[in-house]
Amino acid sequence: MATLHLDVVTPDRTVVSAEAEMVVCAGVLGEFGVLPNHVSLLSALKIGALRYRVNGKDEYVFVSGGFADVNNNLVTVLAESAEMAADIDTARAEAAKRRAEERLAHRDEKVDATRADAALHRAVMRLNVATHR
Amino acid sequence: MPSLKDVKMKIVGVRKTKQITKAMNMVASAKLRGAQARIESFRPYAAKYKEVLAELARKVEGAAHPLLAERAEKKGCAIVLVTSDRGLCGSFNGNVIGQAMRLAKEKAAAGMTVSFSCIGRKGRDTVRKSSFNLVSQYPDRMGSIDFPLASEVAQTVISGFEDGTFDEVWLVYGEYVSMGHQPPRTLALLPLKAPEQEESSPAVDQGPTCEYVYEPDEAQLLAELLPRYVKVQIYRGLLDTSASEHAARMAAMDNATRNCNEMINSLTLLYNKTRQASITSELIDIVGGAEALK
Repeated sequence: MATLHLDVVTPDRTVVSAEAEMVVCAGVLGEFGVLPNHVSLLSALKIGALRYRVNGKDEYVFVSGGFADVNNNLVTVLAESAEMAADIDTARAEAAKRRAEERLAHRDEKVDATRADAALHRAVMRLNVATHR
Repeated sequence: MPSLKDVKMKIVGVRKTKQITKAMNMVASAKLRGAQARIESFRPYAAKYKEVLAELARKVEGAAHPLLAERAEKKGCAIVLVTSDRGLCGSFNGNVIGQAMRLAKEKAAAGMTVSFSCIGRKGRDTVRKSSFNLVSQYPDRMGSIDFPLASEVAQTVISGFEDGTFDEVWLVYGEYVSMGHQPPRTLALLPLKAPEQEESSPAVDQGPTCEYVYEPDEAQLLAELLPRYVKVQIYRGLLDTSASEHAARMAAMDNATRNCNEMINSLTLLYNKTRQASITSELIDIVGGAEALK
């Protein structure tokens, strides 16, 4: 069966480099799946889960935005941070979630609401992805 | 002639200095290995980023993105200066700071107000003493550089550029070329120049790339990608400077250890000479005394 190569790259390391049968990304315009011989595509990504299938088994990766480049059966995801579901530090994500919620609850001038919102979103998404270990 | 004890003390002192320089050399070489590994792992990200951006920039020819626009009248200029936090690394910091100051004077002569954003203590200290404006500083961060730090720096210069405070932004850092060569480098950050697709890059022979689908459209994607490219470049500057700092320190400490060895040798020679001289003079005394008794 035809496969495509998936690379998930962050500034600090290459998180995933694998042959996959299918990749599903959370694009800004909605989720999209990539099968082998997909048309060349460049899409910005939302904070969320990236799913790829190897030997019929789904693997989940948390991706904090960034973008995906699909070209010639090569999928490259560039993100500022990304983690495999198994590597997610749930305790840290829980703490981040609580902190962000607290900040949003006591809103005042000092709290950057957009930043807290984004932090909350990231933490929730991390926890979501972590359930798929 | 110095006394025997003085020379002995001096030898002990130099020997202790040598121990320190040797230890610093070893620490620097361990840290350099870490810094090199980080540059290595950043390379795929940077290379891919450049490739994607070049491809996109070619597609959106003459795109009027605010970060790309060259301004006709230039009043403000920002310099992001990346240096190390600590000294004892030869002329490395001096070279980088010298380059930045030359650039600053050039810009000031052209009638621009120059503002500095400094990462690393050495650069900050120099700028604080100079007449130039210091807008943001990140001292004591070179030991723990990460992408969020680069983002933070990029964010301040980008917002400064967007609200018209800065019409030009430059990055000055120590490029890591090799163990023995870390020249200072100046890079224009803003207005951004989209990277050129290199002719020899593998992307060219990956088949037709003209029928790309963009989600959302090209202009929006470009707006998304360009600010991040500034972060990528700053992060690169941080990584390079950190590696250069350690390489420069290694070389400096290696030199210092060698100098210590030389000094110990010449001091030991002096010590022996002094010892012999004192023995000789004692002998003369004894012989003279015996002679007198006859």
